[in-house]
Amino acid sequence: MPQHFLKTADADWYRRRLNGALVLVLTAFLVLGLRLFHLQVVQGEEYRRLSENNCIRLQGIDPPRGQILDRQRLLLVDNRPSFNLVMVPRDAKPVEATLERLAAGTGLDLGELRDTTERARAKSAYRPVVLRSDIDRDLLAAVEARRYDLPGVTVEVKALRRYAYGDSAGHLLGYMGEINTDELGTGRYPGCRSGDSIGKFGIEKTCEHFLRGERGGRQVEVDARGQMIRVLKTVDAVPGHNVLLTIDQRLQAVAEQCLGDHAGAVVAVDPDNGEVLAMASRPGFDPNAFVGGIKRQDWQALVGNPLRPMENKAIQATYPPASTYKIVAALAGLQEGVINSRSEFFCPGALRFGDRSYRCWRRGGHGNLNVVEALSQSCDVFFYHVGIKLGVDRLARYARGCGLGAATEVGLDHEDPGLIPTAAWKKGRFGVPWQGGENLSVAIGQGYNLVTPMQMAMLIAAIGNGGTLYQPQLVRAVEAADGRVVQNGQATVKGRIPVSPGHMALVREGLWRVVQSERGTAKGIRLAGIDVSGKTGTAQVFSRKGERGRDDQVADHLKDHAWFVAYAPSQAPRIAVAVIIEHGEHGSSAAAPVARAVIQAYLAPETIPEPAPVDASEAGGDEE
Amino acid sequence: MMFDRRLAKNFHWGLLAATLVLAAMGVVTLYSAVNADPGASSSGLHFKQMIWYLMGLGVMTASFLVNYKTLERWAPVLYSLCVIMLVAVLVAGRAAGGSRRWLALGPLFLQPSELAKIAVALMLARHYAKEVTTRGFVLRELIWPMAITGLPFLLIVRQPDLGTAMLVMLIALSMTLFVKIERRTAIGIFGFGAVALPVVWHFLKEYQKQRILTFLDPDRDPLGAGYHIIQSKIAIGSGMLSGKGFLKGTQNTLSFLPEQHTDFIFSVLAEEWGFAGAVLLLVAFLLLILWGLSVAAESREPFGIILAVGLTAMIFWHVAINIGMVMGLMPVVGVPLPFVSYGGSSLMTNMLCVGILINIRMRRFMTE
Repeated sequence: MPQHFLKTADADWYRRRLNGALVLVLTAFLVLGLRLFHLQVVQGEEYRRLSENNCIRLQGIDPPRGQILDRQRLLLVDNRPSFNLVMVPRDAKPVEATLERLAAGTGLDLGELRDTTERARAKSAYRPVVLRSDIDRDLLAAVEARRYDLPGVTVEVKALRRYAYGDSAGHLLGYMGEINTDELGTGRYPGCRSGDSIGKFGIEKTCEHFLRGERGGRQVEVDARGQMIRVLKTVDAVPGHNVLLTIDQRLQAVAEQCLGDHAGAVVAVDPDNGEVLAMASRPGFDPNAFVGGIKRQDWQALVGNPLRPMENKAIQATYPPASTYKIVAALAGLQEGVINSRSEFFCPGALRFGDRSYRCWRRGGHGNLNVVEALSQSCDVFFYHVGIKLGVDRLARYARGCGLGAATEVGLDHEDPGLIPTAAWKKGRFGVPWQGGENLSVAIGQGYNLVTPMQMAMLIAAIGNGGTLYQPQLVRAVEAADGRVVQNGQATVKGRIPVSPGHMALVREGLWRVVQSERGTAKGIRLAGIDVSGKTGTAQVFSRKGERGRDDQVADHLKDHAWFVAYAPSQAPRIAVAVIIEHGEHGSSAAAPVARAVIQAYLAPETIPEPAPVDASEAGGDEE
Repeated sequence: MMFDRRLAKNFHWGLLAATLVLAAMGVVTLYSAVNADPGASSSGLHFKQMIWYLMGLGVMTASFLVNYKTLERWAPVLYSLCVIMLVAVLVAGRAAGGSRRWLALGPLFLQPSELAKIAVALMLARHYAKEVTTRGFVLRELIWPMAITGLPFLLIVRQPDLGTAMLVMLIALSMTLFVKIERRTAIGIFGFGAVALPVVWHFLKEYQKQRILTFLDPDRDPLGAGYHIIQSKIAIGSGMLSGKGFLKGTQNTLSFLPEQHTDFIFSVLAEEWGFAGAVLLLVAFLLLILWGLSVAAESREPFGIILAVGLTAMIFWHVAINIGMVMGLMPVVGVPLPFVSYGGSSLMTNMLCVGILINIRMRRFMTE
C-alpha cells in the first residue's frame, strides 16, 4: 500500500465517511417505508374504495376546430353538434340485459348492438364503445327518458364538420377522415391518437395545424354506475384558429354554375398579388358526405366516375395549352429577335414543312399578318414560322420563365407540375431525337406540352400586371378564436417574365384585340363598359390526321378541350381568369362565356345574387 | 491466482442472494404486468427478461475472473469508448418516443447511457483514489472530476434522457461527497448555486419553466404526469396489508397504470402483494445496499473503497427515486427500478455493478 495514502486517509477515516452514507441510506429507506405504510395501511381503505370501480377516470375534451371563411368573412365551414350513443361495458353490467332494454326502448336492432359491443370487447372494458353515431333527436329523447334503466349508457356530444355550401369549392376546402396508423407514425400530428379526425385533403389538410386546436381533458370521479360524481381537475381545450381564404364564395358559385354539367375548371386570381378569388373544379363532391366516414357505395361512385370528381382539376389535371400557348411563343419570338413588331408572314391556310402539311385552323388562310394580328386571330401558320425559327429549347426557356412546367406552389397537395418539353427531355424519355416538325406543333401548344389551369391563370395574371409572376395564395389570414391575427397572407413574387416592356405591350395589344377587335376570335364576349383581354385555345384530344369528320360524328369524349384565359379591365386588370372545359370543343364558344360571366360577377357584383347555403333553403334544389 | 482459495472464501453470498431474490420478484411482477396488457406489443416480455437475467449472470460471473484492479488501469479506455458510443448514439442512434437512446449492435440494441454510469464511477474512483486527503478537495482539484462527469452528462442530456443524466450526476456527487469536499469550498459552491439559480430561472423560456414546474409538481399536469401519479397511488394504496393477489391487481389489469413494465412496476407489485410484499422488496434492496457499503468498509485500498461506494450509490439512487416517484414523493422522472423493471441494458448494468462489488470483496486481502 502506498505510504502517502495511509498518512492522508486511513481506514478509520473511510469508516467514518461510510457512517455518513449509512445514515443517509437508512433515513431514505425509513421515509420510503413510512410512506408505504401510510398509503397501504393508513389510507389503504380509501384507496381500495377508489380502485374498486376505478373511480378516477380521464375524459378528453375535444377542441372546437377552427372555422373556414371566405374573403368577405362568409362562413364556409363550421361545426355542428352531434350526439353519439355510447356505452362503457364495465358500467353497463350485465351488458346483455342493458342492451335488451336499450333495444326494447328505442327500437334499435339488438343484433347490431351486440355485434358492435362484441367487436370492441378486445379493448379495455373501461373504454367507451360507440353504439350509434350522430343519432337523431327522437332517439336522443328516447335514451334520455330511460336513462336510469340503462346503466353505463350515455349520450356523448361531439362536434362534426359542416360545409355550408355543400359541394361548392369541395376540392379546395377538402374533407376530414380518421387518422390512420401511417399518419400517426409520421409524428406530424402531435397530440393526435387513433380515432381522431384530421384533414385529409384540401385546406382542411394543409391548414390542419391551424384548425386543430389543443385537446383538453378532465379527471372525474364516477360512481359504480359510471355516472359522474364530481370533476376533480380540468384542463380546458384550446380552440383551433379560423382560416380566412382569399376565395370569394360569390364568385366561386358563379364559376361553378357556369361550368354546369361539364367537366372542367375555372381559376380566378387577383393579378396584383396572386390571391386566388375562385378555384372551381367540376364535377365535384360534397365534403359533408365524408363527415363521420363516407359510405362505401358513395366512395365507389366517386372513384368510379370517369369524370374524376375527386380530382381538383385546377391543379391536378393537365391539358395541352393549345393556342393559349401562342402568348409564350410570341413573347419568346419577340425577345429572341426572331420576329419584331413589323415581321409579317403569309398564311395560305397551311404550311408545308418536310414532307407534311401543317394546317391553320382557318382553312381559307389569314393572308398577311403581323404578330398582333396573328395573336388576335390565332393564326397557326404565323406561329409555325416562329416555332421553326426559335426551336424547342429556346421556347421552353420562356415557357419556364412564364411559370409553366413547375408547380405554382399554391399550397395544396397533389399539384401537378405539368410538362414543358425540350430536345434533351425527349431524348432522355423516349431515346429519340427531337424532330424539326415538332417545333411547329409545340409552338401552337400541342405536342408534349401540358399545363394546369392554375399555371395558366398565373401566367395570364402576369401578362395583365405587366410581367410579375406571383405565387398563388389561398389563405388571406389566420385568426385565433378571440380574433387575434396569428398570420397574415403575403404576396410572394416568384419572378418576372423575361421580356422587355415593349414586347410585353405588343402581346397585350394582341390579347386586347382578341376580344375588342372585329376580327378577334373572342369578340362575342365583349362586355359593356369593361375592356377584356384574353386568348382562346382549342386543345386536340387526339390527332385527326387531316380527315376531319363532321363535328356531330365525333364522340363526346373525343371532342376538343376548350380554353380561355383572360384579364380585365385591359388597362389595369383587377381579375385574371383561366377556364378549361373538357370536350367543350371551341375556346371561343364554350370557355370564353364562362370567363366573361366570372369577370362580370367580380367587376359588377351588383348583378349577381348572394349565394345561398345549402341547408338554409330546404326546398332549394338545383338552381338554374 | 484464479484458483486462490481465498477468493472463494471471501465470496459475498449475500449480495448474490439479494440479487436473485430481486430478480425473481421482478420476473413474477413483470409476468403480471404483461398479462394485464391486452396489447400484443408487450407479450413475452417476461420471457425476454429471463434471458436477460441469464445473460446478466454470465456477465457477472465473467467479471469475477478478472481482478477489479485491472479496471483501474483500463478505466480511461472504457470511459473513452463510452463517450464515443454516446456521440454515436446522437449521430446514428435509434430514436423512440422523442429521444435517441439506442445503438444497434447487430441484433442487439445497446443503451450506452446505462454503461456511462459505471464508466463515470470507474473514472472518478481512479482519480479520487490517487488524490484523496483528509483535508477534502478544494475547488481547483474538483475541475477534473467535473469534466469527467460533465462530458457524458451533457451527451445524455442531448438525447434527451434526463433521468439517466441526473443519475450520472448523483453518482458523481455521492462519490465526491464521500471523499470529502473541503469545508470552505463546499460552502462556496452551495452559496454560488443559491445565487445562480434564480438568475438562470429568470432567463429560461416560459415553456421551459412550465416543464420544470410540472416536473416538481405533477399536479400541474392533471392529464399526464399528475394522472399517472394518482393512479399509481391508488394502485399501491389499494394493495393494503396483504395485497389483492397474484394477477388480481385491478389497476394493473385494466391498463390504468402507465409504463407498467418499466417505471411503474413497483405499483403493480405493491397492489398485488400488498404492504407485506412491498416491504420484502424494500428489505431486499436495503440489504443489497448495506452489503454494498460493507464491501467498501472491508476493502483495504482506496480504489476499491471509492468504487464500491459509487456503485452502491448508483443502486441506492435508482431505488430511492423510482419508488419515491411512484409513491408521489418525488418528481416524475423516467428511472427504472433495478433488477425489477423491464429493460436489458439497465439489467446488464446492474448485474455488472453487483459483479464488481463481489469482485472487490473477493480480493479484499490482495494488495499489489
